[in-house]
Amino acid sequence: MWEYSEKVQEHFFNPRNAGALGDANATGEVGSISCGDALRLMLKVDPETERILDASFQTFGCGSAIASSSALTEMIKGMTLDEALKVSNQDIADYLDGLPPEKMHCSVMGREALEAAIANYRGEVWADDHEEGALICKCFAIDAVMIEDTVRANNLSTVQDVINYTKAGGGCAACHEGIEEILTKVLAERGESFKVTPPPSPVAASGKMSTLERVKRIQQVIEDVRPALQRDRGDIELVDIDGKTIYVSMKGACSGCQMEALTLQGVQQKMMEALGEFVKLVPVRATTPAPGLCNPK
Amino acid sequence: MNPIYLDNNATTRVDPSVVEVMLPFFTEQFGNPSSMHSFGNKVGLALKKARQQVQALIGAEHDSEIIFTSCGTESDSTAILSALKVQPERKEIITTAVEHPAILTLCQTLEKDGYTVHYLKVDGKGRLDLDEYAKLLTDKVAIVSVMWANNETGTLFPVEKMAEMANAAGVMFHTDAVQIVGKLPMDLKSSKIDMLSISGHKLHAPKGIGVLYLRRGARFRPLLRGGHQERGRRAGTENSASIVALGAACEQALEHMAYENTEVRALRDRLEKGILAQVPNAFVTGDPDNRLPNTCNIAFEYIEGEGILLLLNKQGIAASSGSACTSGSLEPSHVMRAMGIPYTAAHGTVRFSLSRYNTEEEIDRVIAAVPPIIAQLRKLSPYWGENGPVTDPAQAFAPVYA
Ligand SMILES: Cc1ncc(COP(=O)(O)O)c(C=O)c1O
Repeated sequence: MWEYSEKVQEHFFNPRNAGALGDANATGEVGSISCGDALRLMLKVDPETERILDASFQTFGCGSAIASSSALTEMIKGMTLDEALKVSNQDIADYLDGLPPEKMHCSVMGREALEAAIANYRGEVWADDHEEGALICKCFAIDAVMIEDTVRANNLSTVQDVINYTKAGGGCAACHEGIEEILTKVLAERGESFKVTPPPSPVAASGKMSTLERVKRIQQVIEDVRPALQRDRGDIELVDIDGKTIYVSMKGACSGCQMEALTLQGVQQKMMEALGEFVKLVPVRATTPAPGLCNPK
Repeated sequence: MNPIYLDNNATTRVDPSVVEVMLPFFTEQFGNPSSMHSFGNKVGLALKKARQQVQALIGAEHDSEIIFTSCGTESDSTAILSALKVQPERKEIITTAVEHPAILTLCQTLEKDGYTVHYLKVDGKGRLDLDEYAKLLTDKVAIVSVMWANNETGTLFPVEKMAEMANAAGVMFHTDAVQIVGKLPMDLKSSKIDMLSISGHKLHAPKGIGVLYLRRGARFRPLLRGGHQERGRRAGTENSASIVALGAACEQALEHMAYENTEVRALRDRLEKGILAQVPNAFVTGDPDNRLPNTCNIAFEYIEGEGILLLLNKQGIAASSGSACTSGSLEPSHVMRAMGIPYTAAHGTVRFSLSRYNTEEEIDRVIAAVPPIIAQLRKLSPYWGENGPVTDPAQAFAPVYA
């Protein structure tokens, strides 16, 4: 059985604002019946102030879909439309004290219903580019479509690349077979065949590598991992190199997060592969914190 | 209130008398049956008895046709991989679209390795087309693997007839009989079935013990090689406590066979009729006239199964569902999809599977509990109006990216 938080259970057993809203003037219908989750969100918006006076939902879906719908309506009642648009799917999940990774899409659906309803109120057409694939990485809730798109867009070719760019596979590693299958498929499209991580280019023992070459390689690794971090509103910079200790600063959404340790580990691993020697990555606090820190509220 | 367990196709409780029989094999009877001393010897005799108890339940001709394995899944994999190994020139497999993942996932992997797998289709009631099957039986086929009873709907396939057809065409035949063994009588010695899989935990024996029945003379290659256990056909020191337990459970199943097919069946029918009489827009899936006596699978339209299970669970009632959510996948049950059940019903299927431990009082409590739960969830459904489904549901609610 799913591990639902008390809050999820409570919202499922006693959903708030369920049923049709007679005088709704904004409606959003999203979801997929084939996947078993779909939601109609109804809002009553004050035309003067654009404030949400009332909200209700009807949901075809599992316990967490119903709980996410219920939570969403509670959260947005009383907000202006612009305020409501700032509610992210993570906010919905946080409101419910978290959702299992398999169920994060329920909160995404809530957020999309909100966008659709507001677009409907404003007379806009809301188009969805959402495409959901089978869940591959259960540690970080990353699906096949996301991995495939990232592999294509960035010409990735190894499992380690996928971990660096999407985090998928960076946890328990049980999904590496699934990731290899995606790599095999996408590589075949571009006429290549999947090879297990190519052995690191025969690096001369570190004593023989020139200092300049060594610094270049360290810089290269940092540059390689930055796009993935930036996608998560984070960043990493090289601060100093002191023998086998490499100081970096983690910025933005990465700094201080649970993810920091994991990210560091991954970068350190890459660094060791590139240098062919043991090094230790040590985070130092950034002097000027980047905007948009961990809890963008 | 005592909990009510109606999920016996998922797993069963180990019969208390079975537990009693197995316990000494953890303590005083801990010997290795292969050992020369008397610690081992007694265990060896106990395994022999268990083998005969299994033999009696399935009507095998010889007790040496019983190979103990670690589970139903191992038996399934062993059977199929063995057939491929002994006939390397045959690159095709015939199975059905509604098998358990123990077969389906293996077959999908084999497809990647270059084998061709034919998945027999089913009709709206989950029945096979034997003409389609007959056409596929060629000398390219290494093995046919068809489940005897479906775990979700209880629907039975005519495997005895299908085994005869395969035999006549010179093709090996395996059946995943995990759900049927212990529920309906069988007599393998008068059939043409070459291999058959059993799982202990579906018939009140422990989890982690299974059987592969292997007809004498059927060509075979072991999955696990090593010691000479199971006459070299399945290496690894025997799980003696569980084997003894499975033997005892088989003996009990044989004793309760009539009860299963009268009393349990009557309870199942009472449950089904009781629910359908009160709940509109609900129907039985599979083939109601040809199924296991303990299984009933009902589709409740316009709602999703996980919600039903959570609300049932709150009242202490355990069942399961074919919805996508409960499986953690993106699609509802492949069995419901294969039968062409629409999504709005497939996600709302609930399987009630009974055992000889269920009582009439329990069934009546479930009959009383279900209708309000369905009504409560339908109130939340965009497909449901004041007193029934909205007119033209597909038009009335058409979410984006449906
Ligand atoms: C039809 C069928 N085959 C195989 C299995 C797998 O058995 P086991 O859990 O012993 O591996 C099951 C049980 O889940 C089943 O229902």
